[in-house]
Amino acid sequence: MSAFSAIGEGREVEQEDYTPDLEPQATWCPGCGDFGVLKALKGAAQELGKSPEEMLLCTGIGCSGKLNSYFDSYGFHTIHGRSLPVARAAKLANPGIEVIAAGGDGDGYGIGGNHFMHSARENHDMTYIVFNNEIFGLTKGQTSPTSPKGHKSKTQPHGSAKEPLRPLSLSLTSGASYIARTAAVNPNQAKEIIVEAMEHDGFAHVDFLTQCPTWNKDARQYVPYIDVNDSDDYEFDRTDRREAADMMAETEEALHEGKVLTGRYYVDESRPSYGEEKRSIGEMPEEPLAERYFDDSYEWERSADLFLDKHK
Amino acid sequence: MTDNELIWRIAGGSGDGIASTSQNFAKALMRSGLNVFTHRHYPSRIRGGHTYTEIRASADPVKSRGDGYNFLLALGDSFARNPKEGSVYGNEEIKPLSENLDELREGGVIIYDSGLLDASEIENFDERVEENNWHVYDLDLRTMAREQGREVMRNTAGVGATCALAGIELEWIEDLMTEAMPEKILEPNLEILHNAYEMVNEEYDVDAHDIKVPEGSHDEEQVLLSGSDSIAYGSLDEGCRFIAGYPMTPWTEVFTIMSQNLPEVGGISEQVEDEIAAAALAVGASHAGAKAMSGSSGGGFALMSEPLGLAEMTETPVVLIEAMRAGPSTGMPTKPEQADLEHVLYTSQGDSQRVVFAPGTVEEAYTQTRKAFKIAYEYQIPAIVLYDQKLGGELMNVPASVFDEEPNPSLGSTLTEAELEDAPHDESGKYSRFQHDVEDGVSPRSIPGQKGGHYLATGNEHTPEGHIAESPENRVAQMDRREQKLEAIHEELASQDEGHQTYHGPDEATYGLMTFGSSQGTVEEAVDVLNDQGYSVKSLGVSDMAPYPVEEVTEFIESVDEVLVVEMNASAQFRGLTQKELGQYGEKLSSLLKYNGNPFEPADIVEGFVTTIVEDEELTGIETKYVPAAGD
Ligand SMILES: Cc1ncc(C[n+]2csc(CCOP(=O)(O)OP(=O)(O)O)c2C)c(N)n1
Ligand code: SF4
Ligand SMILES: [Mg+2]
Repeated sequence: MSAFSAIGEGREVEQEDYTPDLEPQATWCPGCGDFGVLKALKGAAQELGKSPEEMLLCTGIGCSGKLNSYFDSYGFHTIHGRSLPVARAAKLANPGIEVIAAGGDGDGYGIGGNHFMHSARENHDMTYIVFNNEIFGLTKGQTSPTSPKGHKSKTQPHGSAKEPLRPLSLSLTSGASYIARTAAVNPNQAKEIIVEAMEHDGFAHVDFLTQCPTWNKDARQYVPYIDVNDSDDYEFDRTDRREAADMMAETEEALHEGKVLTGRYYVDESRPSYGEEKRSIGEMPEEPLAERYFDDSYEWERSADLFLDKHK
Repeated sequence: MTDNELIWRIAGGSGDGIASTSQNFAKALMRSGLNVFTHRHYPSRIRGGHTYTEIRASADPVKSRGDGYNFLLALGDSFARNPKEGSVYGNEEIKPLSENLDELREGGVIIYDSGLLDASEIENFDERVEENNWHVYDLDLRTMAREQGREVMRNTAGVGATCALAGIELEWIEDLMTEAMPEKILEPNLEILHNAYEMVNEEYDVDAHDIKVPEGSHDEEQVLLSGSDSIAYGSLDEGCRFIAGYPMTPWTEVFTIMSQNLPEVGGISEQVEDEIAAAALAVGASHAGAKAMSGSSGGGFALMSEPLGLAEMTETPVVLIEAMRAGPSTGMPTKPEQADLEHVLYTSQGDSQRVVFAPGTVEEAYTQTRKAFKIAYEYQIPAIVLYDQKLGGELMNVPASVFDEEPNPSLGSTLTEAELEDAPHDESGKYSRFQHDVEDGVSPRSIPGQKGGHYLATGNEHTPEGHIAESPENRVAQMDRREQKLEAIHEELASQDEGHQTYHGPDEATYGLMTFGSSQGTVEEAVDVLNDQGYSVKSLGVSDMAPYPVEEVTEFIESVDEVLVVEMNASAQFRGLTQKELGQYGEKLSSLLKYNGNPFEPADIVEGFVTTIVEDEELTGIETKYVPAAGD
């Protein structure tokens, strides 16, 4: 019998189950795109029948990191930039749980950029949602790695001299096996994409455009948006790495010309997740590691029996 | 301390197999019934550069490197740089011989490979030999090896010659070679070993000197291992099945041993992108229900500062290993030092709390690593095992029975689903994971996936349910509770039958020596020498760095007139900690420091003590430094 009976329980869940008592209304600014992520996540989790107690939501620090306070599940609000390494290990140790990591564009593409690259490369079976508002929200509007060139802020009074980072392209070259962009103003697509991301067996990266009306007035509301998978103007094969790369490049450039392109950009269903890879070479147990600590009949190995002979 | 000892130094170049040859040699001597202790000296370089390993063997217990040594096997350095005159590094070719003469005792033996080393390149070599009454055997080991097999087997020829001259029975070495070597190279090696042994016996008077291997016997079965082995085995026996790390000398050894052994016991090892990730992974794995560890050396540990604080604030159990090496910055990567004590105690912002143990011996490295896990998981707090390049790499024999212990896979203060049913929850069903009023300040945790256990872990200050909160009442209640855990740990440590502090020497003594961590064995040997010389001295080796054993140390200091605090750093960090914790005795504690990259020899301490404490004279020379007590 599992020590974690919430896992795979398959009970009926309602959106209300993900709403904590303490603060029925999140404290994000009115009109903030972060509400859109919360709503999409609740919708997706409900649709997939995930109980709050089989989910672990790991966040970073930022306005975005507050997601944990408004989404009731097991949660780990970590430190700035470090949601991914925490989330990744939780999945390895307790692979039955549904692991979601989330944070801001500064959090994930800046200070935590190295973890982003490596988590994508390793293809951990988890969903990573980046609240991309092209700004540092919580610290009051400084330039972020995705702020467009020329964007003025208190710390870049003459406008940013840097080209913005290309999150989708970076994700692809790093090795993510599901890559999508959605926007807070597009709730249906957002929910569908998060459902797909959660169902995907591998590292699913969702670049979620979340408008910040308080600090980033330049970026408007990310409307009107175009779904590149639905529009007749765009034709590409999302399972083809090269075609995906071209579509991503075009999307990243279009954003700062006022054209908001969204959709699924890359999907590789064939690549094994990191856990599968590790199990296949004998470096990860078949049974979830966390279960073992609750299994009274497990015979724990001793170094005296296994490893001491070579020292005699 | 013993008069009858063999201290064999094998010197050569990095990458020439000195480490494996010496390890086999040490094990052979252990099996023959002797106590052994090894000391390594190596550069931060893969191919070439002067390196040596010393093996001290005696029938009596040995806890430290000795004072100098008495038998040199100088091999060539295959990768030596041989630069022009006047260059910084000098001619490296001759170093295996030239660099090792200063510490060779009078009457000592030198074997050198005349195929690769030319003693005439050393100034006054013959005069020094005569003055010191050294017995020199210039053997063409290279040619011997070449004739039978390959040049690299000259180590084996040297070992054969050593056995002939030191009176070591070849079968001890043969057995080990047979166990360790693949068939293909075993035959030629055995032949080289025998030929060298016989040649020396035939052509030389092997009794012209009196440096011979002693005879001894053990009461029980022994194993030869290092502090790194002990830390790894202690972790495994505590049920640790998850490690994340990033290579950095000397921590890499523990990481490697764990990574090699974990698959066999269904565990997981992750080499990750950096040390921030490494520590964060350990936190994540522990949060999700595994016993987990990470670690690094100084620079890598600095990167762990924030995840460490996160573990403290979210009360996630985790064990971190810190292997000190000479700093600051990249410092001297392969040289021992004890200068990260303050770094480890105080890194990470806020009033953060952790437990820090600094084991003094290979055996303590095992028991205290186990204790670190127990405390970490029982009290939901990070526990750090602080050691150094010296303890990590020194091999010594310990009774195999030390490891004959039951495993302890307990997750500590963690609830099962059944227990969660009766535990307090808020109205929306969130488990009150961080309750204010609980025994010893420990509020049990739940694990993701458990029914009835969901809560929010956050590095922000939080309410019992984990909600971010800044109310003064809640803040004080949570801070006080977290502090209370440390008090409870202090009490538990003080009340255990066998404390972590180690006493040595007569109960009643006029003077005290105090140290922490890996210098303990050397200090104890110095105490024996000093008492033999008629001084009245005892020692205390402290392992509990946090919480600090205030009562025990106070009692020790009260019981003597004066205390000399011995540590391998330049800023007297352990003495500083002691004074801070005790709030007095500034006038009673002086320091003997060594930070030149080499660990203390017993003689450094004997000389330091006699010169400064007894004779009240200045210390001269560059080996050690004396810092007087306040008001002196
Ligand atoms: C190590 C560290 N550096 C800086 C900060 C301060 N800080 C908090 S959030 C943040 C940036 C937030 O921007 P982003 O990640 O884009 O999140 P947003 O608020 O826009 O959702 C910064 C710099 C911190 N908490 N920790
Ligand atoms: S500052 Fe911007 S990102 Fe933060 S809550 Fe307000 S609108 Fe949202
Ligand atoms: Mg942002």
